[in-house]
Amino acid sequence: MALLIPATLGMLFLVLPLVGLLARTPWATLPQRLTEPGVLSALRLSIQTATLATLFCVALGVPLAWLLARVPFPGRRVVRAFVTVPLVLPPVVGGVALLLVFGRRGLIGSWLDSTFGITLPFTTTGVVLAEAFVAMPFLIIAVEGALRGSDTRYEEAAATLGAGRWTTFTHVTLPLVAPGIAAGAVLCWARALGEFGATITFAGNFPGRTQTMPLAVYLALETDLEAAIVLSLILLTVSVVILASLRDRWISSP
Amino acid sequence: MRARRLRTTLAALTALAVVGLSGCGGGDDTASPGSGTSSAGVTGTVTVFAAASLTESFTTIGKDFEAANPGVKVTFSFAGSSALATQINQGAPADVFASAAPTNMKVVTDAGNGDGTPTTFVKNQLVIAVPKGNPNGVTGLTDLTKPDAKVALCAEQVPCGAAAKKALDAANVKVTPVTLEQDVKAALSKVKLGEVDAALVYRTDAKAAAADVDGIEFPESAKAINDYPIILLKNAPNRTAAQAFIAYVLADTGKSVLTATGFQAP
Repeated sequence: MALLIPATLGMLFLVLPLVGLLARTPWATLPQRLTEPGVLSALRLSIQTATLATLFCVALGVPLAWLLARVPFPGRRVVRAFVTVPLVLPPVVGGVALLLVFGRRGLIGSWLDSTFGITLPFTTTGVVLAEAFVAMPFLIIAVEGALRGSDTRYEEAAATLGAGRWTTFTHVTLPLVAPGIAAGAVLCWARALGEFGATITFAGNFPGRTQTMPLAVYLALETDLEAAIVLSLILLTVSVVILASLRDRWISSP
Repeated sequence: MRARRLRTTLAALTALAVVGLSGCGGGDDTASPGSGTSSAGVTGTVTVFAAASLTESFTTIGKDFEAANPGVKVTFSFAGSSALATQINQGAPADVFASAAPTNMKVVTDAGNGDGTPTTFVKNQLVIAVPKGNPNGVTGLTDLTKPDAKVALCAEQVPCGAAAKKALDAANVKVTPVTLEQDVKAALSKVKLGEVDAALVYRTDAKAAAADVDGIEFPESAKAINDYPIILLKNAPNRTAAQAFIAYVLADTGKSVLTATGFQAP
């Protein structure tokens, strides 16, 4: 019972700001605000880029998580620390780092620009990269946890029955940790959807191309508090719906 | 290994202690009114919310003001004028507001948070900021319309963006920017980093970044001059010192610093 009071306070602390948002929402003008073209294009861009970023993270993050969980190699702890650094790094620092690597004068960016004429900042691809950089650790941690928690005897059995490493991975390991991957992907997607700092630093802000919902919220706040509230509400609704619908799957999986 | 770790910990603790102590020092100033030795009897902390484009000049003026009035500490919050106006209206404890445009000042005065009427203390003009040495040979606004030119502008919602729109409209020039930044410093930093070829920023910002960028004057900027108003805030925690600070900005003492950084007298 002694824990009930702090638990309730904790819940209130997390939920009250959301209630505040709901209380100040201009419900009367909501429908017309929602259909404003700027709002819809920002929402569409947010969902598209977050989804692409998640696919990118799954493609690269699952093998990386497997490496960290199953292959002992020297310096594994250090590698793990580095790949999860974006979790605690201020996103704006991530944006600066991305600029210095993938920017027009960056380590790789200058080569991309001079060889292929590709520049990444101020493009939708830039938004996807910024989101993926910030969100990938969420996927890696979830998948690595699932891999460590899963029973390796199935894999050993598959190997003794003659399955190669690749077959074992695709037919035994992946199905075993599928809930973990789904969990990681959802977290990753939600984090990408809310990304602000790295995006505005690396990809800039241009409606329809790089202006995602969080950027639109920030800019709306400069002139129109109500518009900012409406945009925040949409972002909140999308996040809650996604998290709630998949909650059981990723909370209950080890 | 252990020794090194210990040393790192010690260094971190020392740093924390220094930060903590200096923090306390700042707090003490407000807590002891009347202990100042200033001739004008001005003491305590003055909190000034000022437009991002005032960063360099106001920092200098703040130091001069502190030197002229021992016992006074000036703390600044520099950001986009619109963001500051919102913060003030939401009850941020500030004494003085200096805005880069009258529209943002109006947001504060309309909400009844200003004391008296604002005074215009400087004007600022736009220039085209380009990387040092002007590698693309930019001479005027029309150079920004070239299809391969990457240009950063401020968003129209912030003063530098509104001014840029006015200047571009006056010149009847259509620029397609690659990004609409949230304040003038963000637009400028994209030039500094070399990510864009040009940005429209205030002359003062280009001047402050003269080591990395060149400022190209263009005639149409005369059509989009920004007035900078300053006001004492109604709920100012330190009225006396705030009034003294505003007087200092408006007097020759502040004016000379402002004109030296590229502002024009009103």
